[in-house]
Amino acid sequence: MKKIAFLLVLCALISLLPACSSNAPNGVVNVYNWGENIDESIFKDFQKKTGIKVNYKTYQSNEQLYAVLKQGGVNYDVIIPSDYMISRMIEEDMLEKIDFANVPNIANIDPQYLNQAFDPANEYSVPYTWGVTGIIYNTAVIKDEITDWDALFNEKYKGQILQFDNSRDAFSTALFYLGYDANTTDKSEIDKAYDLLLKQKPLLQGYYMDEMYDKLESGEAAIGAYYAGDALQMMANNEDLRFVIPASGSNWFIDAMCIPKGAVNKENAEAFINFMCETEICLKNMDVTCYATPSRTAYEALPSEIQQNEVMFPSSEILNKCQIFINLPFDTLDYYSKLWTALKS
Amino acid sequence: MNRKRISTVPYVIWMALFVVIPLLLIVVYAFTTKDGGFSLENFSELGSYTAVFIRSIVLALTATVICLVIGYPVSYILARESASFQRISNMLIMLPMWINFLLRTYAWMSILENTGMINRFLGKIGVLALLGVDHIQLINTNGAVILGMVYNYLPFMILPIFSVIQRLDRSLIEAAQDLGATGFQVFTKVIFPLSLPGVLSGITMVFVPSISTFAISKLLGGGTSLLLGDLIEMQFLGGAKNPYLGSAISLIMMIMVMVCMLIMNRFGEGEEEAVML
Repeated sequence: MKKIAFLLVLCALISLLPACSSNAPNGVVNVYNWGENIDESIFKDFQKKTGIKVNYKTYQSNEQLYAVLKQGGVNYDVIIPSDYMISRMIEEDMLEKIDFANVPNIANIDPQYLNQAFDPANEYSVPYTWGVTGIIYNTAVIKDEITDWDALFNEKYKGQILQFDNSRDAFSTALFYLGYDANTTDKSEIDKAYDLLLKQKPLLQGYYMDEMYDKLESGEAAIGAYYAGDALQMMANNEDLRFVIPASGSNWFIDAMCIPKGAVNKENAEAFINFMCETEICLKNMDVTCYATPSRTAYEALPSEIQQNEVMFPSSEILNKCQIFINLPFDTLDYYSKLWTALKS
Repeated sequence: MNRKRISTVPYVIWMALFVVIPLLLIVVYAFTTKDGGFSLENFSELGSYTAVFIRSIVLALTATVICLVIGYPVSYILARESASFQRISNMLIMLPMWINFLLRTYAWMSILENTGMINRFLGKIGVLALLGVDHIQLINTNGAVILGMVYNYLPFMILPIFSVIQRLDRSLIEAAQDLGATGFQVFTKVIFPLSLPGVLSGITMVFVPSISTFAISKLLGGGTSLLLGDLIEMQFLGGAKNPYLGSAISLIMMIMVMVCMLIMNRFGEGEEEAVML
């Protein structure tokens, strides 16, 4: 009996080890991405074309990605953080400069997504997807027309509201509602946002991330703030759901591919990034993730009804009202952490 | 070195690498600030999390008591059944543990939700209409969190108690009966005291994972009432990256658990050593 148990444990341990040997002639590339954020069949296409095998893992939030990299002992070649996290990683010297000679497909990317504030010289990142944060709600339950952030703080929807389970996004809903800059470092403004979130807490069903899919699709909850691409995936599964970009503005986010410092397979990483910018691949990927592609060539190849989909490709009028998160100074981040822990406990 | 010694080497290395060193790291981190200096600052901050500590202890204690109340009779009855029945029921008790813990908790989520199985069933048979409500709030309550703990950890209560009662010397019970003890007396004076080691290890094995649980409170409690496990997880992987504070909380929790176990062992003194699985 003991022997069997020992063997079982051994097998379990062996299965935990990463695949050390592989039959890929040109080595591997270790990709670390958001959950539900890629068409995984692309890995096969990539291996067929380049002979490089993709090892794939996912994370739930920028903060988790940061924590994992900071703790060390991991070995990723491509990561896909969002704007503000990219600038934080650049500041803390956690990213490798990309050799753009190996990424000629960067020419496909629409210049409006390049050289953004988070990477002004565009040395470290290649845009992967973009979108806006908005409010997703169930029209079968909520008969009023939702237009702005106040809906998330409305007593009327008590017990039906979902809030982000990460500090930056959760605080931004309150900051936008109060009309403040989402990148504010003014503690009194952050305090007011905290008070508002504290008042919102009894109205909430809970703080969630990926669980929102289930809760909103099944009708368990009626309203919540989430990302446009994920909202589109949910809307495909429940026709009553609707997504609005709040009138007073919202967060415009860009997720971009980066190479962490000390990546072992840097050239393979660049090959992978280059491959992800191919028009065909962008289109294929979009079908699954529902996130807007930053590739101009891919956008032009889309049928016009998708091009005009305001959730996926909001007009520049709307985008002008939206704000890209930038990295916050260290003591503001610290303050966020404290308030966030206090809010949730 | 003799053969026996050599065969323990892998275990010692394993323990050193994955138990002792991490524990030391936690202790070092707990007394460090972000700038790397020695300080007690992390512990002075703990005061603001008193509510979380109390909530965790209360919920874990409640879950442990419920497990004991349910688990003891089950083990007692089971121990008197035939061997084949015992084998089958033991397997059935273990069976849920073959399925991933998170999956099982997700399943409870869809059972307890406002539009979940229970509420839909109550709606179908007209109970909800009778009460004049559209759902009964089951999920996102402390009750749901306790239910999750009891469900997940009940086998850890049943199995040690069962194995102790099963191995009781039948002649002691017969002797008690011969000496005129009633059935109730046999239980309170003989069987229960002799089964205490199993009860104690059952309590430990339920209480310790309950107090450090995370994910259950997030999935069944909605993440609005944090437990210690969640608080620690937040400091290491979540939005509030502060491994120093996280280590301090972990350290305090370990001390609490150790104190509990010491007290428990006191109770068990003079009994046979606690039987672990």
